[in-house]
Amino acid sequence: MAVSLTIIGKENSPLYIWMDEGRDSLQLQYLAHTGLDVIQEKISVGQKLPGDSRELYLGLLYASEEYKIYGYTTNSKIKFIVITDVTNAALRDNEIRMMFRHLHSIYSTVVCNPFYVPGEKISSQ
Amino acid sequence: MSAAEDVLFELLHMEIVKTFTDSKDKDDAASKLEYIGFTTGYRFVERATRETNRFKDELDIMKYICKVFWVSVFKKEIDNLRTNHQGVYVLNDNNFRFLTRISSGKQYLQYAPRFVTFTCGLIRGSLANLGINCVVTAEVSHLPACKFQVQVQRG
Repeated sequence: MAVSLTIIGKENSPLYIWMDEGRDSLQLQYLAHTGLDVIQEKISVGQKLPGDSRELYLGLLYASEEYKIYGYTTNSKIKFIVITDVTNAALRDNEIRMMFRHLHSIYSTVVCNPFYVPGEKISSQ
Repeated sequence: MSAAEDVLFELLHMEIVKTFTDSKDKDDAASKLEYIGFTTGYRFVERATRETNRFKDELDIMKYICKVFWVSVFKKEIDNLRTNHQGVYVLNDNNFRFLTRISSGKQYLQYAPRFVTFTCGLIRGSLANLGINCVVTAEVSHLPACKFQVQVQRG
């Protein structure tokens, strides 16, 4: 299970932040920021690199001693960041990819919800 | 999509156009129709590009609109895409879906613009969500062909 999930909007404003209870939320937010920087780098450099797959899934962005940060970006410049425990061996690359795809389909249903104004914070009760 | 859904979309569009053009404040009709198109396009493209790879550049996005997007909405590709490589794109559709039901000839030509306003908004909304701010205008010179002009706003 992931430790933290962040959805970031077009202009890098946070749309949704979820964190596992009992974690150091400040540290996780720092890590999410780190991830966001790497994503921005990947997106801009990716335009110049030949042979870049231009897949929506960006793979592992950064690994600290405790956590791993994975990133995903949609064509509409929405970024998803998932943080997992380094020790969690059950989550392989493929599982993370599936998680992001699922997340993306959930996000697109949120956007299609007539009560949701695009660009606003996502709230769920 | 089945045949019933196909025609349903066309009929719904006709009724939306009718509702707004018959309403009291006719001046607002065009901007309201365009706005409906904008929000529809904005939300729709989020779903439509789910399986698409990241776009390389602006032209890549326009090609997507002409091919994949147009097929999913209008069941055909854009017949001709032209650009001056400075932010102006002209999309030609020789048999535009919302105009095919109108009898060709001069009789209804003056009413044609109201049937393309929604689509202008649709294109603008889709491009806005994909990161391109633009102005979209349409021109109908003879039915059922339609020419959309996309002017990208930079800066």
